[in-house]
Amino acid sequence: MTTTLVDVNEDTAQTVHTPDDEAKLSEFVSRILEVAKSGGATAAEVTAGDDIGLDVKMREGDIDTVEFSRDRGFDITVYRGNRRGNASTTDTREESIQEAVDAALAIAEHTEEDSFSGLADPDLLAVNFPDLDLYRCDPMDVEQLKDAAQTAESTALEFDKKIYRSDGARASVSSNCVAYGNSLGFLDAYRSSSSSLYADVIAKSSNGMQRAAWFTMARQRSELDTPECVGTKAAEHAIRKLDPRPISTGEYPVLFDQTVAMGLILHLLNALSGRPQYLRSTYLLDSLEKQVTSSEVSLKEYPFIPGAMGSRAYDSEGVATSEKYIVENGMAKNYLLSSYSGRKLGMQSTGNASGVCNLTVEAQTIPLTDVLKQMDRGLVVTSLMGQGVNILTGDYSRGASGYWMENGEYAHAVDELTVAAKLDDMYKNMIAFGDDVETRRNIRTGSILISNMTVAAL
Amino acid sequence: MTETISNSAKQDLLTAGDISDGQLETMMSRMMSREIDRGELFFQSRRNESWSLEQGIVKSAGFSVSRGIGARAISGEKSGFAYADDIQLDVLEQTSSAARSIARVGSSHSTNVPVERQFPEFYQGIDPIVSVSKDEKVKLLSRIDKFARSLDPRVKEVSVSINANHESTYIYSSDGTDHGDVRPLVRFGVSVVVEQNGRRENGNAGGGGRHDLSWLYENETAENFAREAVRQALVNLDAVDAPAGPMPVVLGPGWPGVLLHEAVGHGLEGDFNRKGTSTFSNRIGELVASPLCTIVDDATIPNRRGSLTIDDEGTPGQRTVLIENGVLRGYMQDKLNAKLMGVASTGNGRRESYAHQPLPRMTNTFMLAGNSDPEEIVKSVDRGVYAKTFGGGQVDITSGQFVFSATEAYLIENGKITVPVKGATLIGNGPEIMTRVSMVGNDLELDLGVGVCGKEGQGVPVGVGQPTLKIDQITVGGTQA
Repeated sequence: MTTTLVDVNEDTAQTVHTPDDEAKLSEFVSRILEVAKSGGATAAEVTAGDDIGLDVKMREGDIDTVEFSRDRGFDITVYRGNRRGNASTTDTREESIQEAVDAALAIAEHTEEDSFSGLADPDLLAVNFPDLDLYRCDPMDVEQLKDAAQTAESTALEFDKKIYRSDGARASVSSNCVAYGNSLGFLDAYRSSSSSLYADVIAKSSNGMQRAAWFTMARQRSELDTPECVGTKAAEHAIRKLDPRPISTGEYPVLFDQTVAMGLILHLLNALSGRPQYLRSTYLLDSLEKQVTSSEVSLKEYPFIPGAMGSRAYDSEGVATSEKYIVENGMAKNYLLSSYSGRKLGMQSTGNASGVCNLTVEAQTIPLTDVLKQMDRGLVVTSLMGQGVNILTGDYSRGASGYWMENGEYAHAVDELTVAAKLDDMYKNMIAFGDDVETRRNIRTGSILISNMTVAAL
Repeated sequence: MTETISNSAKQDLLTAGDISDGQLETMMSRMMSREIDRGELFFQSRRNESWSLEQGIVKSAGFSVSRGIGARAISGEKSGFAYADDIQLDVLEQTSSAARSIARVGSSHSTNVPVERQFPEFYQGIDPIVSVSKDEKVKLLSRIDKFARSLDPRVKEVSVSINANHESTYIYSSDGTDHGDVRPLVRFGVSVVVEQNGRRENGNAGGGGRHDLSWLYENETAENFAREAVRQALVNLDAVDAPAGPMPVVLGPGWPGVLLHEAVGHGLEGDFNRKGTSTFSNRIGELVASPLCTIVDDATIPNRRGSLTIDDEGTPGQRTVLIENGVLRGYMQDKLNAKLMGVASTGNGRRESYAHQPLPRMTNTFMLAGNSDPEEIVKSVDRGVYAKTFGGGQVDITSGQFVFSATEAYLIENGKITVPVKGATLIGNGPEIMTRVSMVGNDLELDLGVGVCGKEGQGVPVGVGQPTLKIDQITVGGTQA
């Protein structure tokens, strides 16, 4: 090997995190908390992170980009009584600690009294720290990443003559260490890792070009879809998007395929989260114990699955996470609350200050082919565009492309469509659930069939 | 640009890490010792302060600092890139060593471009964070909160925010580039929720640019944002369901120029065209839009959000004609793609931060004014939609398909603007839609300075603009089929 890629492997191989890094980062957080205390903070909390990453992008059989990354920094929130100030910095030199703390304290002199502000309630802080097995870091090896990306790309390019070119395949490894501590005495650090592989290809016919991508991510490479699978899926999708044909504007059943179904569930979670609830800016205002989806659906969090992407023992305020329903048989059971939004609503934090943990869509699933048969004639959405989701009014209108189905089978590609409906109707009209569930993502769902939406076409 | 600002940015960044000019040169020559066409070191320091009011209380504010270096080594189409969050000699050494690992066996193509020493600056090298005191910021937020609530009893929630950003950059490249820049950027925003008979709607307004915060106190600027947010929200209280299907659409002036950003702008960025993945690839000189359309990207407008004295590769900001009377004239280029396509950079090489690689990106992109009276444009439509305010948009540059989402729109019936309709997404194919532009107004406006453009995970501030214009047919994504 005459290139310097080998040198780099030697350089970076030692830089993935060890348990010692957790201890160092915890100690760093303690020091910052001390500085805040001696500066006059009545309470404080600090998150510090250290991320190392390697990313290799191949394009048309050759290296396009090799990127090494190292991100360090911390974020401090201080309180002077009920007044709050925040500062964050990527500058972790000793002399910069004081600067950041001073900046946060100066802000807390000017913000206004807010009786709902403050650290988490002490009795909600996590006391159990199960080993969630989140650190399974692959070596930071350029050659390995290069091979994976190259295989994914060449599989896609060789899949069919209609594959016109690759817009790049990318393989990445990242190693992360994070520590959180607050002046209530909570202090913990942990490591986590992720590996991912992505391929983006372009298919071409006399009617134009179409792009499609496939992405897989997990704690370690061995859990990823194989490079061959990533390449094949990207190529299949791109070819299926070729030669779109017109359809008429109308009301049709719409299947959100697994990759876009995650987004659909995310809008519901946003509508049930604390901030829009206390700001009265959600269409699901005061909806606990009320029906918010079809009664065939439950949404449940499982924060303690070993090695899962969404597992965590506590949220960004140190509050213990728990296994719980957000929606049970269609009824809203829990909002997603931080300490602040909980207090605003006269409730307690639900341990969701940093979102949901392995949110699982639980419903009677059937093979995807059966869902399509049930749909018979309608639209399969494989990609959505634009921002047309209004959580306050519950109006949904987005750009869409995908496939048109006749008799439960692929008829042709469609694009330049919009799909529109009321979110409330969409969730209540979820009538079938595919078994193509992606368990490696934080929102675990398969494809979802909605009985009726307005589809606008040219 | 005066030497002073360039130099002071350079000194600020290098002094902090105790790095001398001689050490920079040594570093660069080592980076270039392998078969590298161009080496580049990017130094950046950015400070940001933001204040926000919610439910009548200035409850949170944050200060953030980011500082670091990005090293890039380019060999043909390949880039090696590494970055670090510290400006120190040893870190610089490690970073540039990692970046050059991209090298392959071959010959070195290092070339020097003539370096201009004097060019105009399009904003002042000021620090907007200190332009107004913390106390004054808190007072302003409270005043605007009360003002917005006083406008209408139906106003139930008000959120107000002020953001000020100060950035110093310095670029040192083996092609002879040795430039710094100091960039101020501020933004102010108001959003409200109104309620009537149990129905709730929201409205948003905001603006900013590369200047200080004193502009908020002039000509009731801050109050006008509040008025606009409340007006929009109240209009939407009466909105009926939007129509679905293809129809004529009239777009108002200013921010609806997001149309051009999506339908045309991204597709004309050099990287996509170099790789042949854009629907506009290999079409220079062809008619790609209605002859009424002349579209430019202009980094040189003083104090605008998207303006750049120099881009993030040290190339001076420019005005680039993209489409002239419907004919495709040029692409927006950074150095890498320009070189590979055999043209010069157009000063569009931009990066979110030191931790990101430069890409060809837009600055302020807009359509020049035409001859039509805006009222005549509306009058010419029998049945269609008038869209006045938009959220944002998105494009697939390969198929040309793009969307943008209206947040304030009305029906046009028999040449008159009638009832408001609910927000709806509009979708079309860029090149097709641009040929259907049948009237262009004489009322060019630029947006007020709120845009953030995302590409490959990198966000950069941009501007858009346009006169009132009519598209003969575009698909409107309402619920009324």
